[in-house]
Amino acid sequence: MKQISEILDVEKGKKELEQDRITVGVATCGISAGADKTLEKLKTAGLSLLVEGVGCAGSCYAEPIVTVKQNGLLSIYGYVTEDKADKLIESIRNSQVCEEMLLGHKLEDIEFYKKQLRIVMKNCGFINGLSLEQYAANGGFTGLANALKLQPSQLIEEVKRSKLRGRGGAGFLTGMKWGFLAAKQGRKFIVCNGDEGDPGAFMNRTVMESDPFSIIEGMIIASYATGAKEGIIYTRTEYPLAIKTIEKALVMLKDKGLLGKSILGVEGFDFDIILKKGAGAFVCGEETALIASVMGKRGHPRFRPPYPADKGVYDCPTNINNVGTLANISKILAMGVDEYIKIGTEKTKGTKDICLTGKVKRTGIVEVPMGTKLREIIFDAGGGPVEGTNFKAVQIGGPSGGCLTEADLDLPLDYEPLQNAGAIMGSGGMVVINDESCMVNVAKYFTAFTRSESCGKCTPCREGNTRMNEILDRITKGLGTEQDIKKLKLLAEYIRDNSLCNLGKTAPNPVLSTIAKFPEEYDAHIKEKRCPSKVCIELLKYIINEKCTGCGACARVCPTNAITGRIKERHVIEQAKCIKCGNCYDICAFNAIDRK
Amino acid sequence: MPRKKKEQTVNPVVQKVKIFLNDEEIMVDPNNYLIDIADEHGIKIPHFCMHERLERTAACRLCVVEVEMRGNRIITTSCSTKPAEGMKVYTHTPRLLEARRINLELLLANHDLNCPTCPSNLNCKLQRYASELMIEQSRFTGVKRDVPVDDSSVSIVRNDNRCILCGRCVRMCNDVQTVHAIGFQKRGFDTIITPALDYPMDKSACVNCGQCVIVCPTGALSEKPGVQHVIDALNSGKMLIAQTAPSIRATLGECFGMEPGTNVTGKMVSALRKIGFEKVFDTDLGADITIIEEATEFIKRFKENRDLPLITTCCPAWIKFGEQFFFEELNHMSTCRSPQAILASLIKTYYAENIGKKPEDIILVDIMPCTAKKYEIQRPEFVKEADYVLTTVELGKLIKQMNIDFEKLPDSEFDNPLGESTGAGVIFGRSGGVMEAALRTAADWLEGKSLEKIEYKGIRGMETMKEATLTLAGKEVRICVVHTLGEARKLLEQIKQGKSPYHFIEIMACYGGCIGGGGQPRPTNKEILLKRMDAINKEDKRKKFRKSHENPSALKIYAEYLGEFGGERAHKLLHTSYSKKPYK
Repeated sequence: MKQISEILDVEKGKKELEQDRITVGVATCGISAGADKTLEKLKTAGLSLLVEGVGCAGSCYAEPIVTVKQNGLLSIYGYVTEDKADKLIESIRNSQVCEEMLLGHKLEDIEFYKKQLRIVMKNCGFINGLSLEQYAANGGFTGLANALKLQPSQLIEEVKRSKLRGRGGAGFLTGMKWGFLAAKQGRKFIVCNGDEGDPGAFMNRTVMESDPFSIIEGMIIASYATGAKEGIIYTRTEYPLAIKTIEKALVMLKDKGLLGKSILGVEGFDFDIILKKGAGAFVCGEETALIASVMGKRGHPRFRPPYPADKGVYDCPTNINNVGTLANISKILAMGVDEYIKIGTEKTKGTKDICLTGKVKRTGIVEVPMGTKLREIIFDAGGGPVEGTNFKAVQIGGPSGGCLTEADLDLPLDYEPLQNAGAIMGSGGMVVINDESCMVNVAKYFTAFTRSESCGKCTPCREGNTRMNEILDRITKGLGTEQDIKKLKLLAEYIRDNSLCNLGKTAPNPVLSTIAKFPEEYDAHIKEKRCPSKVCIELLKYIINEKCTGCGACARVCPTNAITGRIKERHVIEQAKCIKCGNCYDICAFNAIDRK
Repeated sequence: MPRKKKEQTVNPVVQKVKIFLNDEEIMVDPNNYLIDIADEHGIKIPHFCMHERLERTAACRLCVVEVEMRGNRIITTSCSTKPAEGMKVYTHTPRLLEARRINLELLLANHDLNCPTCPSNLNCKLQRYASELMIEQSRFTGVKRDVPVDDSSVSIVRNDNRCILCGRCVRMCNDVQTVHAIGFQKRGFDTIITPALDYPMDKSACVNCGQCVIVCPTGALSEKPGVQHVIDALNSGKMLIAQTAPSIRATLGECFGMEPGTNVTGKMVSALRKIGFEKVFDTDLGADITIIEEATEFIKRFKENRDLPLITTCCPAWIKFGEQFFFEELNHMSTCRSPQAILASLIKTYYAENIGKKPEDIILVDIMPCTAKKYEIQRPEFVKEADYVLTTVELGKLIKQMNIDFEKLPDSEFDNPLGESTGAGVIFGRSGGVMEAALRTAADWLEGKSLEKIEYKGIRGMETMKEATLTLAGKEVRICVVHTLGEARKLLEQIKQGKSPYHFIEIMACYGGCIGGGGQPRPTNKEILLKRMDAINKEDKRKKFRKSHENPSALKIYAEYLGEFGGERAHKLLHTSYSKKPYK
């Protein structure tokens, strides 16, 4: 067996990582904030330091992120847009720290990272994702080397001992899953599920773009453990950068003999990976739909059994793991199972990378040990709700999850406690909702999502989600009746109990949890025809109060000429003409318009 | 590994498990699904998407049952769940009845509810279950699918506003027929079943077999209606002639609630006369002539060892399938027309001349089991021959429309000279029939004597691929009979690769042959098909002549009009040609 150091110039990677250099996070989130332009500017500035694009460290709120290591001192900068880059370049030229944009000198200095424990995200944002040398220098392939010291059956036992649970959401023990596949003979597949489709979830994309080798290393280890010789990475066309990165990574690994025949010179250890691009259907994250899609069929889930371990891709035994699961594997085996199981809770070990989004001060990917309180994630890492607003709820687990409130914030992050509270871990999306959001409207949003993302195969999900969405739509328009809550519950429970796949079974969660936790908001909409959060336009009423000075500014911006009145006299809004655009409310300088 | 396999074959005895079906303790085979077990125990669980010949998808969620295992009670679909030791299964708890009601109400909320004007009125599963569960009104209202009806095809009308997306038609077209004319498109509530790229049916790969129509539980798919054309023709002052395909006599009775397999030949002829047809001829005579031509063709090719295997071409759906997907192999297709086309040709030439009428003064209506025949008569090779095709179902409706009390009708005979047929002509109506009829004639001719053995039981039955090897005049003849186009595709692939071991092949697009045609009464299932098949075989046995070349009328027509078997005039009137129709 060959050693990694025989194949790769690990020393070169080490040198690259240790030397003074500038990095810019150019994953999708960075690029959308203009990081590519910042990178270009830094590269062409004629600085003596090496300038390199890296992946995303997770602090989306402060993109573009630039790190500068100068004279051995690391500085992490945020918000370095193209226009601010000049200032940074100036500081670098003067060998100074640019305090204005400085987030900290190490991650631990930064509030966002203080509670974090980065295992999956370890490399993200700090190495060039497509440098094999840097990857190896930062501990890459140690897991593979350690795995190869074991017999496949011992390896599976080790994975079982780590109690690693599937990070796709279901939380099934990965070691068990591998054991099922290892017991099968003949042609078999390892599939990496990178079809992240939840609104507000992007942790898989980030890892695929920032640290592709860690996922592939996980797959190579899985191949060794289970004897599968074929691998498939399935992701969506909406992730063009992830696709490009994975494609390049696969070619590089094949070049170095880390994929293909006799990996690391081990006779009979053959494993190859292809990339499959889905058209971007949410349901294709469901494993049986994913299998259909991989085979070029319509992404329809099918009933189980037979499970993929018996009948998967091309009817062959198949093991499907989430990107996060596979990225964990390489790290677990590198650090050793004994170390790993010290992290997390009794039942669930390790960490979870959470996508924190919504009305929170600091958005991004937060990786914390399992068991961390939700409050710590939202208030410590995330900084709590945006300025001037109050926390109302957090939607965990995307459209399949549920809303949790203030009362649930001391729950530990773990599969079962979340489920018992009416939400799910899912892939780890957390959407923070503040008091400016209407919960009925939130439920409507998620049913609109499932209405269009249902695959259309089974009746409850296809027809039922549409009807729930329509009822919620009526309620937000003030057309709801008291019967509607009963009808919603009836439908939601029916869809939950009768749907074919987990998309359908969990689709009613946002409806059920908002009804359970925010009954007063539903009541206000239905009985009082009022939206307490002032979100549902049709329920709003604009009234001019006695503070009106009769300046006429409101009347001038009203697009429907609904406001009338004499100059210097109190104006009136003709309600029948008002389309609730809010122009008058925004322009009034005297707080003379009440929005109810 | 090999040892393991052996063990499995040595020990086929199934260890039964104990379950409680609605609290009744029963021992069941753990490999069967709950819905089938319930059925065996007298409980028919409602369902839409499940069909005996199609892969199960558990999509409609109507067949839900409550299952209790180790204290866990869940709702699951009985079509996809197998029993386990100690399982408690409940099939009609209040919770389930409510679930089914909601299911149906959701479907009804998105359904065109103009039942009286639906072609499947009173023969619709949605209507039936809604009525059984006493649904008065759907609790759910909102947007409804509202898409144009696609009546572009000459054979099949698609009305998606009546579709419940059970997917039976898709599985039939794709998995069984391998035509892939229709599929699911779009997602979520917008999901719809349509040809690719939203093309109309006439621009799709559809071969008009109508097997989708047969499995559709509602009125979303139906045959293109032709009844009104016939009613108009009845008052046109022209001479109306009907010809009836071999299988109609075994199925028409079902339209009137008669037991499947009831032979109604005599009543059918009487009914057609009552409707106003001056002459009622028997397509079976056309079948006999087809056999005379085809046996001649086979013997010629067999002796010359050329273009073998020869494939029968009575089925217009198969012909289009071949022209679309296997146009390099068209030389294997028999040039003989179908019995319908042969008789139509003779009616408009031989018969018209005999009675001194111009062909255009005769309106010929074909009563066919088949939606594809509506397509066949419009093929350019056959224009001005048959005028209209009515399916069995449509004839049933026409008879009812004319207020004819079918069951009380007396029997009557077909008209002459085109009404006499043999048993060989009759069996065209079922899978294996054309082959058997051809062999009865070819064997006699090759052996040079009249053989006693005329029943070829090896190629009978419902198996979709049946093969046999015979020795005729000292030579081995390998034959194969397939029904369903998926099976046909396998044989054609073999031919394409030059690996076909056969000399003679019969292909029928529909399961069971014409008795299972797209225009036959619904429902059609294996049990019903076997009864229809039995009726056909009984009719064959009853016939005075059972070999096509012994049909006195056919021989008379050859002597008077056509000349030699396979001769020049026969070729002109009784044969046809095929062309490449690549699907674009």
